[in-house]
Amino acid sequence: MFKMRVYVGYKESVLDPQAEVIEGAITRLGYENISDLKLGKFFDFDVLAETEQEAIETAEKISDQLLANINMESFRVQVLEAK
Amino acid sequence: MKFGVLVFPGSNCDIDLYLAIKDIIKEEVEYIRHTQTDLSEFDAILIPGGFSYGDYLRCGAIARFSSVMDEVAKFAKAGKPVFGTCNGFQILTEAGLLPGVLLKNDSLKFVCQTQSVKVSNNQSLFTSQYEKDELLALPIAHGEGNYYCDEETLAELKKNNQIIFTYEGNNPNGSLENIAGITNKAGNVLGMMPHPERAMEELLGSDSGRKLFASMVDYLRKVSQN
Repeated sequence: MFKMRVYVGYKESVLDPQAEVIEGAITRLGYENISDLKLGKFFDFDVLAETEQEAIETAEKISDQLLANINMESFRVQVLEAK
Repeated sequence: MKFGVLVFPGSNCDIDLYLAIKDIIKEEVEYIRHTQTDLSEFDAILIPGGFSYGDYLRCGAIARFSSVMDEVAKFAKAGKPVFGTCNGFQILTEAGLLPGVLLKNDSLKFVCQTQSVKVSNNQSLFTSQYEKDELLALPIAHGEGNYYCDEETLAELKKNNQIIFTYEGNNPNGSLENIAGITNKAGNVLGMMPHPERAMEELLGSDSGRKLFASMVDYLRKVSQN
């Protein structure tokens, strides 16, 4: 069993108005040393698999099919823990 | 001729579509549940607006995996007309039946207003009753109607005359090239953010949407005669 985390966020080429608004708010808080803010989401789930590679492949397939819309989003799969 | 209106958990414009066809266009129409797996009795499929599956994950992302959507894909592949408005448009892009994607409005605000919309292509089966460049008054109501696709896809859309409707005057959501509605390459699947089914009677503000459904009926009549 592997504990997986998938990060999903907008591709670099896609303008993210939410991130811009949040970055503006941070600046208004007085932090002027913040830039290039990214907004995304993450999904944690367990995968029953024999090997880490198999777990990664399963998570990638799920991300490609459902968790991310690859027209606008990219994803990153991470193994958090082998149980 | 029989229209089918898909109903997902969270659809809320299904009745508008149903009544537009039944009361104004005066053709046969039936609701289709998201679990249905046989569309053989229908001549055209309509996908309504709303918040299918609560818009969880992304708009239209979960609806895409309903069992009925496999049948809609086969229906579309067979060349039969499929029309999606608002959330219906989002579902069609998520299902890969239309290219591109719908992002959050650039204003980050939900827009709810009457919008001037131009008929950019009146050669489609959905717009044959309109004049080219005819201006329509159509209601819009969405938070994620900002159409986006990559440059290659945009060039394809233009080359194949797939851009059917564009916003006129102000662009309410930041969509690429003012795109309000597109078809697939074959021209039998249309997705658009504005709601023609809410513009069926002058008494209620506009009847600009009538000719869209009338165009579909005209097309289906011609097909059935051949």
